[in-house]
Amino acid sequence: MGSVIRTCLGWGGSLTGVLLFVALWEWGSLAYGSFLLPGPRDALSSLRAFADNGQLWTAVWATTFRAITGFAIAALVGTALGLVAGLFHTIGRALEPVSTVLLGIPPIAWIVLALLWFGSGSMAAVYTVVVTTVPVAFAGAQIGARTLDHRLQEMGDVFQVPFGMRLRDFYLPHIVSYVFPALITALGVAWKVTVMAELFATEEGVGAGMAMARVSLDTAGAMAWIVVVVTLLLVAEHGFLRPLQKKMEPWRQVKSPAMPV
Amino acid sequence: MLKLERVGLELGSNTILTDVDLTVPPGESVCLVGPSGCGKTSLLRLASGALEASAGHVVNGFSSTTAVFQEPRLLPWQRMLDNIALGLKARGMKRRERLHRASQLADQVGLGDFHDHFPHELSGGMQQRVALARALAVGADFLLLDEPFGALDVGLRSEAQDLVERLVVDQGIATLMVTHDLTEALRLAHRIVVISGSPGRVVFEQAVTTPFAQRSHAWLYEEAGRLLRQPVVSESFLFHPDSEVV
Repeated sequence: MGSVIRTCLGWGGSLTGVLLFVALWEWGSLAYGSFLLPGPRDALSSLRAFADNGQLWTAVWATTFRAITGFAIAALVGTALGLVAGLFHTIGRALEPVSTVLLGIPPIAWIVLALLWFGSGSMAAVYTVVVTTVPVAFAGAQIGARTLDHRLQEMGDVFQVPFGMRLRDFYLPHIVSYVFPALITALGVAWKVTVMAELFATEEGVGAGMAMARVSLDTAGAMAWIVVVVTLLLVAEHGFLRPLQKKMEPWRQVKSPAMPV
Repeated sequence: MLKLERVGLELGSNTILTDVDLTVPPGESVCLVGPSGCGKTSLLRLASGALEASAGHVVNGFSSTTAVFQEPRLLPWQRMLDNIALGLKARGMKRRERLHRASQLADQVGLGDFHDHFPHELSGGMQQRVALARALAVGADFLLLDEPFGALDVGLRSEAQDLVERLVVDQGIATLMVTHDLTEALRLAHRIVVISGSPGRVVFEQAVTTPFAQRSHAWLYEEAGRLLRQPVVSESFLFHPDSEVV
């Protein structure tokens, strides 16, 4: 019972925040006029128009596909490299500067390069997402692998735990707790970079829709696309990544210790 | 059997152990006692193969060796039964079989009702019993115990000693146990070895022939007193600030 009330209060609190933001938006729209800042209702009606002419769903599908593909590749590659870098110091020292360089190059520069290399299309967007999110996953996995408990390793030696099992039962669960927060950050970056890449490089997708809105001075349309991309990100994080984390770390969910006997 | 011959150990510029001769024959329970910092734990790590001797020979002829450490060292993300079954999994036993074996051991250490608990849901004493069950699960013929009950209070400690006596010593599993508590050593040992000095060496050795059933509390304290009256033993337990390894 108490937990139900607490959940309701939690949701109510989040809802209050959202409603407050919408109210501020509405107020701004009234103060500055609907050409500069169209209100939430204008954005919603634009959104409905996009949905009616089918543009919305193609865009959502295209953007989601690119963001998730790029994110998945980056998560796999970045985590694998980070693990190797954390476990073997020499490799770590070799890879770290590469990661720093990748982090330092602005996404917009990658987009220009990707356009030159791959031409316009999905490939350019996916590529840009991969190179900008790989360092994030890499750093998380590297720190995870570096902070492994050496006392557990000694225990593993005594029990002659083979390498495969050690990776699965000793390393990965520990590393997951470092990698997941990094992946959540990487997912946010992936979405933003996808939209930006689409703005320059593709014919369809949320970013392409924004490019159209810009050309036709459709501010309400631009707002509608912003609402779409934020919703997509929230769904991906709270509908997919967080539940996955809960599933992979059941031991973190149990809070109260049992009564000692 | 485990045989250490004129074993020395250097870590960096520190000489930890020198000229240690020690044998543990099959089925015998040997307790190492001595002051803190005399190299008892290092000796255990030599026996387990975690460290390599800088001088002399270490020959471990037992078919399989396991250990219980000072801390439980359980995998925090695995449930109790999986933690007990760790060594069996490492040996490639099927999941159903190893969990069955693990649940038998959980019953033996008195944790039959906690199969699905994670380590942090168990008290310190319970965690250490899980560690003991994990070491017993693989059916080793040689068990290393490194002050396994040092963190427990007197009552829990006595309970844990009962378990070791029943499940390890009585079963004929050879043990090498480190403790700084003479009464604990007297309670569980067939033979007591005192290590002292810096670098550490064996300074005293004595067989304990009294049957386990006759080792009452009164006997333990009397015998500990008798041991401490030996000049070499009492000297080794005195505090030597100069010789402490910093």
